[in-house]
Parts: sequence; structure tokens; C-alpha cells
Amino acid sequence: MQPRDVAPHEILLPVRPAFIAFTLIAALILNFLPWTGPWLAIKPDFVALVVLYWCIQQPRKLGFTVAWLMGLMMDIGNGSLLGQHALAYSVLAFAGIVLHRRVLMFTIQNQILHVIPILLLNDLIVLVIRLFAGADFPGFSYFSGSLIAGALWPVMCFLLKLPQRPTPDPDDV
Amino acid sequence: MEHSPPPFFKRGPTPLVRLLLCSLLSLALLISDARYQYLDGIRQAVAVLAYPLQRAAIAPAAMLRRVSEFFVTQSALRNENARLSEQQLQNGATLQKYRALAAENAHLRELLAMRQQFPESTVVAEVLYVGRDPFTRKIIVDKGAQQDIRAGQPVVDQLGVVGQVTRVYPWLAEVTLITDKGQAVPVQNLRNGLRAVLGGTSGDGQLELKFIPLNADFQNGDELVTSGIDGIYPPGLRVAVVSNVERNAAYLFARITGKPVAGVASHGQVLILNRDLKVPERPPEAAPARPKKPRRSG
Repeated sequence: MQPRDVAPHEILLPVRPAFIAFTLIAALILNFLPWTGPWLAIKPDFVALVVLYWCIQQPRKLGFTVAWLMGLMMDIGNGSLLGQHALAYSVLAFAGIVLHRRVLMFTIQNQILHVIPILLLNDLIVLVIRLFAGADFPGFSYFSGSLIAGALWPVMCFLLKLPQRPTPDPDDV
Repeated sequence: MEHSPPPFFKRGPTPLVRLLLCSLLSLALLISDARYQYLDGIRQAVAVLAYPLQRAAIAPAAMLRRVSEFFVTQSALRNENARLSEQQLQNGATLQKYRALAAENAHLRELLAMRQQFPESTVVAEVLYVGRDPFTRKIIVDKGAQQDIRAGQPVVDQLGVVGQVTRVYPWLAEVTLITDKGQAVPVQNLRNGLRAVLGGTSGDGQLELKFIPLNADFQNGDELVTSGIDGIYPPGLRVAVVSNVERNAAYLFARITGKPVAGVASHGQVLILNRDLKVPERPPEAAPARPKKPRRSG
């Protein structure tokens, strides 16, 4: 008998590195969209989400170097302190790589419960760095983006797995 | 002593070691950026790499705006045209008066042998997007070092002061708004000429007059204009209107807040002022006097 909370194992095609690069660039563009007003307050950090996804799914293909460089791109694009996102994404990658066996055992809904604390930790690191640099606390809505990112996790898992699903062979009966 | 078998696959250092390396590198970057501003060269170089991505991200919104502009009805356009020509007429009358006054002012200054005010040139820049960093208030405009923009130039719109250019990239520039916590503007009360320093507050886009004594003459509705004594903002630009004065004898200073006059939060286009300032050299600082050692009294 299959326990209820264990995800059914799925056989996927190997992922292409070009696809990983494409998703990372797409996430950067999503983050660089001209978000304003209330949308900016609840904007999920797409780059953090995608980096975490690949660190959990393919810890051998992508790791600290890519996460760190993506963080650097974010810092430059946002004009913020150089290194704050780099540090946060390194911790994110560490959490993803260390926890990847555990997280993958759960169903998608239960994976969200792992993803949200990791993303909140990511936010918290950026917040602490900025508080040290002399900024003010921007209010608790600052963390809402991570909750929304957690809600987006199943959607993203579905989308990013699409190219890895084997196409059914029409000759197969 | 424990012996672990050698690993089957060589995978390099463990995740913890890698994390420590990355963290150390990030901390080094953070400290050298925040404390010493060493990294502007690197920032410029990576900014060039990130520029196409940023442009690609802005493109859909810009296209949407252009499409919606295309479908404006003719009556709306005619109304706007009528309104603008009326405004043009009014502005023209004011401008004529202003020209006469400027000539008179120049003449008087010459008579009094005062320093001439230098005419300033302006660059129109389009606001690309609002800064995404939730800790600061910035806007990004589409003119940069290639258009001779330099850090420190004041930015205004048709109503008043918007902010100041704080960082310049090859094709973009960051403007820190006056509502940012770290941004200060020297102002003057238009009603009685009192000078003060206006700064941003952390929260809600309000401005606050700093270090004003309790008995200072500020009232609700007072207009604050730039005083020009910092040499950055030209004098006489409107900045804010005092919206709340709170005098509590328990505190050392009065709490005076104001609302920005310019559309600080909503922008299409802004003007970047280019002033060729001839500020006299700062006098050499005198060597600090050595503090006297406290004498021990017997």
C-alpha cells in the first residue's frame, strides 16, 4: 500500500542546460518588469523561486555559483547594495541542495510548506542586511511576496516539468 | 579515530564549505560597497550586461501604453488640445513678465556687483520604472552618462522638485526622490524666509522638517521653496507645503510634516537640471586642536 503523503515517482527525460538558462533569464525579466504601487508590494521574487526549484530538482546541474551570480544580477538591476541578494541566494541554494531529497518525497501541496520558510529566510537575510546598512523596516507586507511565491510553486513545477515529460508515442498501444 | 571510506564520486567541497565561501565573498562585496564605494566600476560593467534584460522587461508595458495611446478618441484629443493652448497662452503672459524681470534682475545684480546666476540647461528624461528596492524611494530614468548626466544633478517636474540623480549608468540614471529617508533638501519658508532642512520619512511618502525649534514660525499651508544655499538645487523651486505642525514641549524639536508639491509618486517625464556651478573652493580645514588632557585635581 502506498502511503498517502508520498509523491508518486515520475520518470522524466533529462533536463537540457539550455532550458535551465532560459528559465533563469525569464525569471530575471519577470523581476525586472516595471512593477509599481500595490503590485510591487506583493511581487514574488521569481528568481529566488526558479533558483530554488532547480536546486531542489537538479542539485548536480546548478549550484552556488549560478545562484550567487543571479544574486549579483538582481543587485545591479535593482540598484541595491551589491551582494545582498548574492548572499541571500547562496543560503537559498544551500537550503535547496541540503533538503532536496526530503522535499522531493512530499506531494506538491506539502512541498509548499518547505518552500515558504526557505523563501522567508531569503527575505529575512536581505532585510537584516538593509537594517544594518541603515534602512527602515518597510512593514510586514514586505514578506507577502514570499507567500505568493509559495502559492505559485505548484504552477511553476507544472510549467518547468513540461519539457521533461516524455511525449506519448503514437505507435504505442 | 574514525575513518570514512573514500567517496565513489568526486564532487568537490561539501555544500557547507561552498556556502561559507559564497557568504564570505558576498560579505566582502557588501562591506566594500556600503563602506568604501569601491565597486562602481564593477557595477557599471555588469549594468551593461543587465541593460538588455531591463529593456526587454520594460518593452511590453511601453508597447501596451503606445497601443492605448493609439486608440484615444478624437474628442479627447481636441479637448486636450484646447486645454493646452489655453495654458500656453497663460504661460506666455507669465513668461513675458518673467523675461522682463530677469533682465531687470541681471541689470540690478550688475549694478550691485553681485555674482551672476548662471543660466541652466535642462534635459527631459522619461521615467522608465519605479525602483524595485522596497527600502529606498527611487525612480529610473532613460538618460545616462551618454547624455552627460552626472550624479548630483537636481531633478524637477512642472510642479516642483522631484529629487536628485544619485547614480549614473551608461544609458540609465537613478533618481532618489525627496521622500527617501536619506535625502535632504535645504528649503526656505516662502512666507517669512526661515531656512530649514527638509528630509524624507521612512513610511508614507511624507516630508519632515528636521531640527526646528518649538517656537519657530511655521504654519499649516506654508510653502517651502529651495533656498539654494547648498549649491545643488537652484533657489526658488517649490518643494513642499506644510501639512501638519505638532508642538509638544516634551520634545526638543517641533514635528513639522509636509506634502511634496511635485508628483513624486506619479511620473511620466521629468526635467534634469544641468548647472555649471562655480562654487568657491572649500577653505583648507584647520588642523584639529588637540584635546587637552583633563587635569587631575588633587
